[in-house]
Formats: sequence, C-alpha cells, structure tokens
Amino acid sequence: MSLNGSTARGRRAWLSSRSGAFKTARLLLSLAVTMLGLLMITFVIGRVMPIDPVLSVVGERASNEVYEATRKAMGLDQPIIIQFFNYIREVLTGNFGKSLLTSRPVIEDIARVFPATLELATVATILGVFFGVPAGVIAAVNQGRWPDQIVRLIGLFGYSMPIFWLGLMGLLIFYGKLDWVAGPGRLDIFFEGIVPQVTGVILIDSLLAGEPEIFWNALSHIILPASVLGYYSLAYISRMTRSFMLEQLAQEYMTTARVKGLSELAVIWRHALGNVMVPLVTVIALSYANLLEGSVLTEIVFAWPGIGFYITNALLAADMNAVLGGTVVVGLVFVGLNLLSDLLYRVFDPRARSGEE
Amino acid sequence: MSKFTSAWALGLLAAASFTAPAAYAETPKDTLVIAAAIDDIVSLDPAEAFEFSGGDLLGNTYDNLVTFDPKNLSAGYIPGLAESWTVSEDGKTFTFTMREGVTFNSGNPVTAEDAAFSLRRAVLLKQTPSFILTQFGFTEENINDTIKATDAKTLVITTDKKYATSFVLNCLSATIGGIVDKTVAMENEKDGDMGHEWLKTNTAGSGAYVLKSWKPNESYVLDANAGYWRGAPDMKRVFVRHISESASQRLLLEKGDIDVARNLSPEDIAAVTANGDLRVDEDLRGRIVYMSLNQKKAPLNDPKVIEAFKWAIDYTGMTETIVRGQYTVHQAFLPLTYLGELKDKPYKLDIAKAKALLAEAGHADDLTVKINVRNEAAYMAIAQAIQGSLTEAGIKVELTPMTGKQSLTEYRAREHDIYLGAWGPDYPDPHTNADTFADNPNNSDEAKLTGKLAWRNAWDIPEMSKETQAAVQESDRDVRAEMYRTIQKEHQMTSPFVPMFQKIEQTGLRKNVEGLVTGSAISSVYYWTVTK
Repeated sequence: MSLNGSTARGRRAWLSSRSGAFKTARLLLSLAVTMLGLLMITFVIGRVMPIDPVLSVVGERASNEVYEATRKAMGLDQPIIIQFFNYIREVLTGNFGKSLLTSRPVIEDIARVFPATLELATVATILGVFFGVPAGVIAAVNQGRWPDQIVRLIGLFGYSMPIFWLGLMGLLIFYGKLDWVAGPGRLDIFFEGIVPQVTGVILIDSLLAGEPEIFWNALSHIILPASVLGYYSLAYISRMTRSFMLEQLAQEYMTTARVKGLSELAVIWRHALGNVMVPLVTVIALSYANLLEGSVLTEIVFAWPGIGFYITNALLAADMNAVLGGTVVVGLVFVGLNLLSDLLYRVFDPRARSGEE
Repeated sequence: MSKFTSAWALGLLAAASFTAPAAYAETPKDTLVIAAAIDDIVSLDPAEAFEFSGGDLLGNTYDNLVTFDPKNLSAGYIPGLAESWTVSEDGKTFTFTMREGVTFNSGNPVTAEDAAFSLRRAVLLKQTPSFILTQFGFTEENINDTIKATDAKTLVITTDKKYATSFVLNCLSATIGGIVDKTVAMENEKDGDMGHEWLKTNTAGSGAYVLKSWKPNESYVLDANAGYWRGAPDMKRVFVRHISESASQRLLLEKGDIDVARNLSPEDIAAVTANGDLRVDEDLRGRIVYMSLNQKKAPLNDPKVIEAFKWAIDYTGMTETIVRGQYTVHQAFLPLTYLGELKDKPYKLDIAKAKALLAEAGHADDLTVKINVRNEAAYMAIAQAIQGSLTEAGIKVELTPMTGKQSLTEYRAREHDIYLGAWGPDYPDPHTNADTFADNPNNSDEAKLTGKLAWRNAWDIPEMSKETQAAVQESDRDVRAEMYRTIQKEHQMTSPFVPMFQKIEQTGLRKNVEGLVTGSAISSVYYWTVTK
C-alpha cells in the first residue's frame, strides 16, 4: 500500500512537472506567435500608410538623388516581405534598429520613455484602486441611496470629461492658483540629470541615489497627471466593483454569514469583496495595461515624455522601427499583465490552484 | 463599516498631504529656461540638421565663417570665424583669412583645415541641406581642389562659375556652414562617416554654448562657453524643455518656472500681454503661407481660374481674426527683410471679380476642387476660411486634412489639386525662394525636381527660370534686388501660387529677460545675447 502510494505520488509529480514544462512551452509558443502576428500587422499597416518614411529622414527639400540614396539605405527598395524578414532577423539578434526621428537606437529610446509611462501608470492605478474599489463597494452597499448616486455621478464625470480639459483645469487650479503641486514635466528642470538612471523610474532612482529632495519634487510633479489618469481608472474600477458587488450581495451565502453572527464589516469587506477579487483583478489589470500604452493627451498637457507620445509621433512620421519597437513593448505588457492576472487568480481563487492538494 | 470609512478617509487625507515643496518664484539669474516645441530635432550634425529647433540649437553651438550681428540682423552678413575675405576678379575664387586665437570647445584651435573639412564633409555626406553648398558646383570629385586650406589661416573656395558674392556668403552663414572640430569628428569616425553618426547626437563646435545633454522630445541643456570669442555669455546655462501645449507654456511662464515661452496661441498671447510681469516680443520670420494650384489638373491651369482664386481669398479678414498676431498679409514669394523684398499687395477679397473671372473661363458654378491641408489648427482654420470665401465665389471645396508627411508625399508626386501649406527659406539669400517658386528648367515628370515648388505644381516657366538664374549671378546688390522685384511682380500676376501670409513669431517672456533675438527671417535664435 505504502509502496503503491509512493509510486503514485512519484508518477503524479513526474506528470505534474511534465505538464509544467509542457505548459511553459505552450505559453512561450503562443507568446511567440502573438508577438509575430502583432509585428506583422503593425509592419503591414506601417507600409501601406500613405506616408513616406524616406521624407521623414530627408525632409521636404531633399533632391531626388538624396531621396533615392536614403530610400535604398533604408532597405525600402526591397519587396515588403523581404523587408519584414530582414526586420525580424534583426529583432531576433536584439537589434530593433534606429529611430528616424531621434537618430538613436530604438531600444535606448524605449528605455527612456517607457519608465516614464510605467511610473505614471503605476501611480495612477494605485490611486484608481485605492479610491475606486472602496467607492464601488460603498455604492453597492448603499444601492439606490445617495452614496451610490454620488459615486455614479463622480464616475460619470470621469468618463465624460475630456482628459485634455481635465488636465489643463487641474494644472490651472492645483499648480497655477493653489500652488499645491509642481507644473508640467517629470522634474523641475534644475534637477534634471542629477540622479543617475538605474530603473528610469525617478521616484525609485532618486531614493536609490539618496536624494530625498528630488524624490519629493518628482512626487509633486507626478501627483497631478497620475490623479487625472487615476480618475479615469477610478471611474471604470468603481463601476465594475459596484456591479460585481451587487451580484455577490444578492447571493445566499451573504445571509448565511449574517445569520452566523459575522459583523457587517466582515460580511462585506471579507466575504463579498473576497469573492469579487477574482474578476476585479482582471479589470484592474486591463485598466493598468491601457495606461501603460501611454496616454498621448495627458503626456502632451503635462509635457510627460512617455511612450504614448513617442509611438504616436513615430507613427505620424512613419518611423517604423520606433513604432514596431513600441508595439513590442506594449504587446509584452499586455501578455505580461494577462499572465500576472492568471497568477493572481490562483492566489484569490483556491479552485484555480490546479495540481495542489 | 464606519471604521473602514474613517480609515479610508484618513488615507485620503494622507494622500492629499503630498504637497509640493514651494516652487521657484523665478529662475536663477544666470540661467535661461525656455519652453518650446522641439520635437522636430532629428539630427545635430550641421551637415544634416534642417529643422527650426535644430537650427536654434546648432546656431548656438557652432560658428560659421560668415555670421550676423544679432543686434543688427538687417545689416546682413559680417565676418565670423573668417576675419576677412577677398574675391578674385572673375568672381569665382574666395580667399578667407581665419580669425586667430579662437578655439573649439575641446580646446583645439580653429584652423582653415577645420573649415575645409567641415564644408567638404557637408558636400560628401550628401544629406538634405547639402544642396546649399553643391549648388556652387562642388562635387565628390572636385572637392579637394575647390575647397582647400592653403595654410592654417587661409581657406580658398572656388565655385564653378561666377555667382553674386552675397549669394555665396549668405549660403555659408546657413546651419550647414557650421565649422566642426575636425580632430573630434575624426576621433569618432565609424566606417568612413567623418563622425556623422556621432555628431547626430553630439556637438563639436566653437559656439557660445556647449551641449550638455539632449533627450529627444524632452529637453536639451547648454552650458556657456566662458572663452567664447564674441564674449562670455551672461546665461551660464540654458534649459530648453519640450512643451508643445500652449496653455502649459503659459502657466509655467506666469508662475515664473520658465523665462521664455515660444509657442503661445493667440489667446495665451493676449493673456501674457495683459500680465504686468510678462511681455510679448514680436519678430518677423521667414515662413510664407501659400496656396498652389496643380497645373496638371484642368481647369486649374486656366489663367482666369487662377486669377479668380487670388481674388476669392479674404487676406486681411484672416489676419484680423483667426491668425491675428501670428501672420501678416504678404503676397510675394520673398519674405519681407530679404534682399529684393516686394511689399505690393495687389489682391484683396473681391467675390464679384472672382465670379466674373470664373464665368469668363466658363466655370461659373461647376468647379469642385480638393484642397490638401495639414491637420494643424492654424492651417485648418485658414483652410476653412478659404473654403468659405471660395464657396461664395461659386467654387465647391473639399478639404482633405492630412498629416504633414502625408500631404507632402502627394505633393511631391504632383497628385494634388490644390495644396495649402507653408515654405520657409533655407538660407538667408533671396535665391532660396526664387529657386523654388520661380525656377523650373524641366517640367517633365521624369525630371523629378521635387525640391522645386514650381515643378511640384507643374508650372512650366522657361523664361522666368532664365531670369531667376540671371539674378543669382548679378554682383551688383541693387541691380540684383531690382531683378528679384521684377520677377516677383510677374509671379504675382501669372503664377499658380497664391502667397498669403508671412509668419510673425510671438514670444512670451518674463519682464526681466532682455536681449533674446529669435533670428528674424534670416537667422536662428541667439542665447548668448540674453541678460536678466
């Protein structure tokens, strides 16, 4: 019996490790196919756009000789399929090429602009979750009463106000009039270049460098754009939380919990919200991913040098190396956050923990 | 529930207490902080840079053989790194004597060899602005003979034929004529590129400032060159931050976080004007806004139809409303302040006349045209105003908003009906615009003279092309100016171009900022003249 038992355990372990490897391989393969598809579509869109990338380089005044030489140097005289394979070959060796607009390697550009977006999106999402989830819960608990109406009104406002306007108004009030926060940009310009770039996230780099003054300056710069973006997340997150909660609050186990004598606090915040966490994680991850794509308008108003502005600018100038590099990053972010929310599922939902006993 | 709510409120309070440390009331006395849209900078190599912001940066980090006096730009060129020059009798050979005691930021002395190297590499690298030099007949084959240093102090340049002296010297004052430190460039050479890749993102000049950092679409920082030969700049450091949004620039200016705002909208300019701590400086720039009719597309090639368009535009109406303060009415292809400028404004809005002309041409009510326009606020506003007045005259207009690159692609392929856009001079000599608006030696598709607006609009002008070519060789300054005026008058009457406005640049400044010269039509911004 014991012998049989240990054999069974061994086989299970072997099967589970094998299925783990299989899962990883499958994951990697699907990742590769997704990225390849993404690149291919972006590449084709880039080439069929009625914008001439050569002109982005040589400018309006170029003679035909300069134009043709540049076109050739850029490999644009080749058939599009060859261009694509050349590009993929380069990418596989880690070379994303140079951006036409900045004359620098795309990797270097992205290492500069993505941390700015990451920083902004993260703070915005933290704000959105911190205020959005409780607001959604309160609204659900008080369904139809004034707290619910207020939360819905705030959400509606967040949904319908143009972000450009909201950003400018925020700047006018909190920077211009009240002087509570710093103005556009990531740092006061006098602080630029003092902190060595480690992660590219100034809030972290300044602490690593032991520069609290710069940390506070960066915080006072980020708080307004992050609040504006966070407001949008808040509107979405609170609405979703509310509807998830309403569903849970109508379940019979709620009555059971109350009958068992649990406090209202525990019933709502532990049991109901606990069960809502699973779908909520997906909602939060999606909203985070959206912010990580970069928000062009917010970036323009707040002079925030993020990836949204970078990709948009590149796209309008047919700077395809930059667009494709940016697409890869955004694609990876989406895939990564999907994986992360899968993992979090397992944390929050015991039923999803397969292979565990 | 109430416990949680109070905990949450506490958290909210904590978050709200992250207030900023007090902002600077004003910037330091020896520092200039500028907000500008600088996302057009593509390269910092003088042989390649050809954008406004790039010109601004390079104008302050490099010197040319010939330069301008920022305090008197209208006086024209003056000696720069070349202390003096002579021109041979046949007008083809220019001998420059280099200024002594000038050094590059690296500490290397500026020699005639550096000057020869810089001009040669600009020709050899064949980047877009190279035509400014190659139009004098410099080629890969003859460059070693036509541009050479005979000793450390003497540079000799020989052109292929006689050109107006002012033309040659004006061209040498353009960004492409920036003198590069040969030693530094060659230390950074890769695959025989004469330091091109390195110089795209670094500078190696002798200018008033040294580039400390450039982050594309973000900012650049310049440090003063204390040993600058024209005098050490007062502003020890210049920060230029990319801020494209006018309202953001204005807020920063009002708060004193920046000294200069360079891209303010008319509304924000009005607010800045009304603010006692700030002021607005105006400067006439070189950009001409024009409309052009593709002569391949009938009936846009009918002279009567062309003239009808010229009478169907409300020039002053626009400068009084939608482009107030940003543009002034100007109806000739040379910008005001250029040699040979023409101030005549023969056209004004006259719908009846336009209608009569269309009727004579047999197109009283049946004309439908497509106008390609850049999808930018100012151009769109102009386009819509034009659409309005043309409709009154009986012309149906479809506006096609496009990105700048998109509209250009179609324009260069001669596929547009009507193009609405702008042209800025490439170098401070009248030939720069005459060459594009009034010269088209070969109108065939195969000629692909895509750099010439006359060709892009398929305007066949063998006679005017000859006149333009003659003007560029005329040594007598006054005669030359008169020749350009004659060409422009004819151009106003017969060409399919409708020049409408010349750009006015309005800059918002803190009251204490003095001496900022934005360069007028012929030059770029000067930081070293600024005091606070």
